[in-house]
Amino acid sequence: MAEPSTLIDLSGITKVYRMGDVEVHALAHVNLSIAPGEFVAIMGSSGSGKSTLMNVLGCLDRPTTGSYHLAGRDVARLDRDDLAQIRNRTIGFVFQSFNLLTRTSALENVELPLLYAGVGTRERHRRAAAALARVGLSQRAHHHPNQMSGGQQQRVAIARAIVGEPALILADEPTGNLDSVTSIEIMALFQELNRAGMTIVVVTHEEDIAEYTSRVVSMRDGRILHDRRRTPVAAELPAREAS
Amino acid sequence: MSLLQTFRVALRALLRNKLRSFLTALGIVIGVGAVIAMVAIGEGAKARVEAAFASMGSNLLVVMSGSTHSGGSFGGFGSMPTLTWDDLAAIRSEVPSVRAAAAALQTSAPIASEDQNWTTTVVGTSPDYFIARNWTVELGQNITDSDVETGNKVAVLGTTVVTQLFGRSADPVGHVVRIKGTPFVVVGVMAAKGQSPMGQDYDDTVLIPQTTFQAKIRGGLQKFVAGAIFVSAHSQEQAARAQSQVSNLLRERHHIGPDQEDDFSLRSLSEMAAAQQEGTKTLTTLLASIAAVSLLVGGIGIMNIMLVSVTERTREIGLRMAIGAKPRNILAQFLVESLVLSIAGGIAGVALGLFTARDLAARFDWPLLVRPDIIFIAVGFSGAVGVVFGLYPARKASQLDPIDALRYE
Repeated sequence: MAEPSTLIDLSGITKVYRMGDVEVHALAHVNLSIAPGEFVAIMGSSGSGKSTLMNVLGCLDRPTTGSYHLAGRDVARLDRDDLAQIRNRTIGFVFQSFNLLTRTSALENVELPLLYAGVGTRERHRRAAAALARVGLSQRAHHHPNQMSGGQQQRVAIARAIVGEPALILADEPTGNLDSVTSIEIMALFQELNRAGMTIVVVTHEEDIAEYTSRVVSMRDGRILHDRRRTPVAAELPAREAS
Repeated sequence: MSLLQTFRVALRALLRNKLRSFLTALGIVIGVGAVIAMVAIGEGAKARVEAAFASMGSNLLVVMSGSTHSGGSFGGFGSMPTLTWDDLAAIRSEVPSVRAAAAALQTSAPIASEDQNWTTTVVGTSPDYFIARNWTVELGQNITDSDVETGNKVAVLGTTVVTQLFGRSADPVGHVVRIKGTPFVVVGVMAAKGQSPMGQDYDDTVLIPQTTFQAKIRGGLQKFVAGAIFVSAHSQEQAARAQSQVSNLLRERHHIGPDQEDDFSLRSLSEMAAAQQEGTKTLTTLLASIAAVSLLVGGIGIMNIMLVSVTERTREIGLRMAIGAKPRNILAQFLVESLVLSIAGGIAGVALGLFTARDLAARFDWPLLVRPDIIFIAVGFSGAVGVVFGLYPARKASQLDPIDALRYE
């Protein structure tokens, strides 16, 4: 895959749901392009269309009209299996509620995307351990999610997102279930990953979380309201470490 | 994802819920175990029946009087006397393939020694009966032709009767027993014969001369044989010929035209054995069918638990899809889960079934007969049950929409 100048290119994207007789325009003619290495926050209240946009970006949902190119590929032409492969190779997901498998060690949770990519056992262990080290959880590789704090669980989820070295990380309200101190830690981790060259898109409704990103796309009623580039606030903790 | 990895993922999911997996597989364990045990029991019963008929001899024919038909109701063979003593004499003298023929007049009657009494089957017959049925006298001597001619009050006892009246392995020869109040001298004891295929005790019987039977035990028309005639051919090969010869002879003697039905019944023991075997086969099939139903119920149990599991793990499925699982990966995972449950259950069921069959065989003193093909069929069938009942839940899981699945609470 050649290095494209834009990683994400949405043009004229609409998404229409039918609810009974009523047509709901969740996305109305959205144009958005994101270059590799950007750290973008998509903001908006509930019903603004940000979740739908997130699903489209994550290849979980297909737009009604418009075209979506991800890393140079036209997503509209792909079938379910190809979309699964794109999600596996090109995208790393981070969710609000972590979505770790219970009664399964951190290491095995992180290995999961590699399992579906068909990576061999030894290589899987090696890469998963490396990803866990990157989020600072080497010591917890064999702990189960229920033995970890919320912040640690989200770190495991981030390790799972980056283990396949995807072009894009999509985080859906990644700090929604975390307290403010832990939220800052998680945003600091994202900033660190972004500095290392990763493209990150965070969907959030919290202004102060968006502060830590370098580009804020605000949405309302399925349209992009503003698209502002800014200098991010460094995610630093006031005094003590609490991981 | 390779099959081995799919298998590992499935196994891990099952081990995460050990008790539930165990209980789900238990349905299959019981189903397969029941099939194996039931078929083994049926085969054991069949072998016993075969052995019992073999001991009776397959060259035996039984002739009985005809039946009454009154108002459309069938009175049963022997209900209308048609066989005469002359017929018996003719069978003995005119049919070359016949080795021996004897009447057996039967009734149930009380029998008493000095201090004990018992109710047994009293058979009035002649010495030929022992030849025809291949029975032997163990102690003392047999009824003789002169006993029959003169109507002597002599009796040969079966071992069960001896045990009841005189005690286990006593020697009653020379003692007097009273049958229906009439004193008889015990002249002999028959060798033990065991049970008939119908479970009747051959040794619970007393044999007396047929003439004495008619005079003292049960009267009736003197001309007719009020019972069955047992005929034995010289060999098994001649049994079929003897059957047709006896039949032709009796039809001729009874003046039955070519279009008329017999006024007697003539059956060979091999026919009866075949009928009996058909009976045990039906029984085996019935038992196995009931067991198969429990296997089916076990399969439905698997489907039920897999459906619960899919619902419970909707978010997990959504996550797996989001991070790159293809629909067929999800399908394979759940299908392999149900397959592992059913096949593990099937193998454990074979062990349970063999154990049960062995235990039952020992308890009923039956031969242990486990058909190896049944083991393969049972395990194969349980695997099929796993696929059939696992397919729907697995398809349901694989067709979930990842967005809905991730949002599922």
